[in-house]
Amino acid sequence: MTGYDFSFCGTELRAMASGALFLESARALVVSDLHLGKSDRIARRGGTMLPPYETRETLARLESAIFATDPQVVICLGDSFDDLDVPASLEAAARDWIMRLQAGRDWIWIEGNHDPGPVDIGGTHRAELRDGPLTFRHIAQAGARGEISGHYHPKLSIRGTQAGARACFLIDHAQIIMPAFGAYTGGLSATSPVLNTLMTRPAIAVLTGPRAIAVPLPVARLGRQ
Amino acid sequence: MPSLPPHFENWFTKRGWSLHPHQCQMLERADAPALLLIAPTGGGKTLAGFLPSLVELASGNHDGLHTLYVSPLKALAADIRRNLGVPIAELELPIRVEDRTGDTTYTRKRRQRADPPHILLTTPESLALLISYEDAPRIFAGLKRVVIDEVHALSESKRGDQLMLAVSRLQTLAPGLRRVGLSATVEDPDAIARELACHPDPCTIINADPGPDPDIAMLTTATPPPWSGGGGKYAIAEVLEQVAAHRTTLIFHNTRAQAEIFFHNLWLANADNLPIGIHHGSLDRAQRAGVEAAMVRGELRGIVCTGSLDLGIDWGDVDLVIQIGAPKNVKRLVQRIGRANHRYNAPSKALLVPANRFEVVECVAALAAAKAHDLDGDPKGAGPRDVLCQHILIRACAGPFDERALLDEVRSVGAYRAISRAQFDDCLDFCATGGYALRVYDKWQRLKQTDGLWHLRDPRTAQRIRMNIGTIQDTDTLKVRFRGRGGKVLGEVEESFAASLSVGDTFLIGGQIVRHEGLREMTVEVSRRADKTPKVATFSGTKFATSTQLSARILAMFQQDSWPELPRPTAEWLALQRDISKLPEADRILVETFPHDGRHYTCAYGFAGGNAQRTLGLIVTQRMEAAGLHPMGFVATDYATLIWGLDPVSDPAPLFVPAALHDGLENWLGGNAVMKKTFRASATIAGLIERNLPQARKSGRQATFSSDILYDTLQKYDPDHLMMRITREEALRGLVDFDRIEQMLRRTDGRIDHVALDRVTPLAAPMLLEVGRVPIAGAGRERLLEEEAARMMAAAGLDKA
Repeated sequence: MTGYDFSFCGTELRAMASGALFLESARALVVSDLHLGKSDRIARRGGTMLPPYETRETLARLESAIFATDPQVVICLGDSFDDLDVPASLEAAARDWIMRLQAGRDWIWIEGNHDPGPVDIGGTHRAELRDGPLTFRHIAQAGARGEISGHYHPKLSIRGTQAGARACFLIDHAQIIMPAFGAYTGGLSATSPVLNTLMTRPAIAVLTGPRAIAVPLPVARLGRQ
Repeated sequence: MPSLPPHFENWFTKRGWSLHPHQCQMLERADAPALLLIAPTGGGKTLAGFLPSLVELASGNHDGLHTLYVSPLKALAADIRRNLGVPIAELELPIRVEDRTGDTTYTRKRRQRADPPHILLTTPESLALLISYEDAPRIFAGLKRVVIDEVHALSESKRGDQLMLAVSRLQTLAPGLRRVGLSATVEDPDAIARELACHPDPCTIINADPGPDPDIAMLTTATPPPWSGGGGKYAIAEVLEQVAAHRTTLIFHNTRAQAEIFFHNLWLANADNLPIGIHHGSLDRAQRAGVEAAMVRGELRGIVCTGSLDLGIDWGDVDLVIQIGAPKNVKRLVQRIGRANHRYNAPSKALLVPANRFEVVECVAALAAAKAHDLDGDPKGAGPRDVLCQHILIRACAGPFDERALLDEVRSVGAYRAISRAQFDDCLDFCATGGYALRVYDKWQRLKQTDGLWHLRDPRTAQRIRMNIGTIQDTDTLKVRFRGRGGKVLGEVEESFAASLSVGDTFLIGGQIVRHEGLREMTVEVSRRADKTPKVATFSGTKFATSTQLSARILAMFQQDSWPELPRPTAEWLALQRDISKLPEADRILVETFPHDGRHYTCAYGFAGGNAQRTLGLIVTQRMEAAGLHPMGFVATDYATLIWGLDPVSDPAPLFVPAALHDGLENWLGGNAVMKKTFRASATIAGLIERNLPQARKSGRQATFSSDILYDTLQKYDPDHLMMRITREEALRGLVDFDRIEQMLRRTDGRIDHVALDRVTPLAAPMLLEVGRVPIAGAGRERLLEEEAARMMAAAGLDKA
């Protein structure tokens, strides 16, 4: 399956194999942690000069997710840019590309720890977004309900399958933590303590990759339903 | 020039010593711009190397650094400092000797830069760091001699290339610099001499008396070796007898895991409680140092070890070397044997223990080669460009440079003598701008050119470059320690091995069986568990491929009418193979096909070495998949590849024609894990990936991402980038080893013998038992993942059916 369909706080959602989340009713596409301009920021700060192709790779992936769902609104859950200087130094082709993707739909930039302010590149800038039972923000808050967030770049591998770790969604009855959508993003193990304490039982992980694959997520804390 | 001054002469006489002829020659030729000494272990190489320095410094007229000594091992530097201390103290020479390695304290290093000793003992990495400092010209201005120890070992790796690039820099800073190389016996001394000398200067080679031939034999055992496997467990009793009959025995293994298992079994059988220790590269440093000290004190009767003891000092009174498993390479065997009996002019004694029946043949072939002084070695390629990239960055740290002057220096290094202007410019451009087809870093260049000189755009970059100097690739390892506060560190295991462990699994490390208790802050926590058999420790050491020369000798042996030199079970096994099928020949590829246990097997005997046979397996199974033959997996050894699948291969010849293999290589290579591994190594050396970062944060792991992503990105957007070209070249020579496949294709020239049988052949039978099977990835792997996920969801009651 290219997506994993599930209900969350009364809303029908689809966790897509690409790492995007789709809300059918609102025709909203949610992506997190694009980290556009990461190689640029690293080089600017005197680090190594990584292959400068991650922005076009990330935008190409975003474009195919948009083509596949034709959303009315696109919500970027923060860390869309690797820092606030990126939008200004983005190559013209990438700026144009983003503008093209924005045409004819609403576009919301939620702020993240890497991009904690408005960006001059179309769309609306928000610290967080509430829509009915759902809250969209960058970093999960313990005990939140109906919250969709990013930040942690969760990943998970399944023992005995040789497939290696894959970026994944973490989903319980009250919170969704999204995988990073950007090309140059590493991951934090879904079983690490910080993620383990955020999620409550029963929780699942949905692995991204060629297909969306759901597995139970072992977590310590039992949920209060 | 200098003959031995009288007080030196007296001191030698008083100790009852006299100089060996080669030591005298080294003194006589001390003025030569480059000198290479080839001497067996125990031949007094170190004294031969240092004597001219001691004599020159005896007058007390030299200020500052006179001699730089470089060795591949930190321990060697420290040991030589102690050894030189004796003559210097007793002759009351006005000479200060210090060592400088990664272990030297910060304050001491600072002081050494301000006030260098007369003789500095160091490693290639510490030297590279030294030349990166702005004050390098002052430190090295008066340098007269550089002495490179174990130059044969350094020349086999990129550490040697980095070292010689550093020496080219020293030559500019100290124009009269003389170079001295100290080497064990090698197959091609001229090649090492060319690398040592400042190109195109000549290099004088001095050959010490090689001493008597070693006394090598096969260990006779009551039980014949098993059909397959690599442990040598069947020979435990006989090995113990040999340990009891000698003063100190070194027991060499080819991998760390095998050393651990053998050590464990040795102790289970060690009724007399002979003191036997273990030494390998994954053990904790303190534990290794403890074993080394005990050896020097003569307290150990046996040491189970790996390549970690291939080099180094006189570790005590070794009088026997036992090699468990086929030596794979005659030169290394001869050098290992040299570790026994460090007394000049006494034969070294060694015993070979083949781990399985095929290795009997290989051991006998290696014995014959060693007796014939037929050493093996593949000619080295041109100097690696990833190392050159690092050198350019190091040069930039030391201050602004002129690119023409740097190119001249680089071309004075033997391995880089033929580098073209364009190749050099590629490396320089990579260091300056990243060298991408998409030119976006012009604003953020690492190196900029001002008034004709290249310099760092941001001087603070120097710190990051210095933190990442070196060419040694450590695999990602995790420390293993006992659970509880202040638990003792036992050693390290590879991250992939740690990831495969479940709580409760037991494995061997440092000769102990331990129980895995859990992962905690990147440390594997274990508890002691003495009473169980372990889950095998699969963390790997170096796995060498059998050399071309040794493979050729084995193939030649196969053509004998009978094998009186082989033990009877092995000779009978070969005869049976000849009877039922054929024995492989040097100028043909033998392909056997047979059904077994519900699968159809294809076995191709290429004798191309393990890496090449594995590559062959990957390419051929890919072609079989395309042809609808449903291959399921394969296993490769140094001599053959065994493939199994659902359908029989009725005509294998088309699978092995050169054009098909070349096409297969092109298709397969790009996305292969071996390429990604090679890329990671080269990209790290060239400075694209930083292993060490300033202010690295513990929680910063989610910020780092795998180098595979960089590889995939370049493959897609910039496939001709310098790093991709370097990766291809390196992989074809290294892990992919397509060179050996090419050799095999030239040797066999399309002559393929297909033998179809209705059952397993004697030669193929042991391969059915080999470990290290490679499953065929692809559609099957995704299906496996989905099935496993569905099973887990159902088990957790989370499936929505």
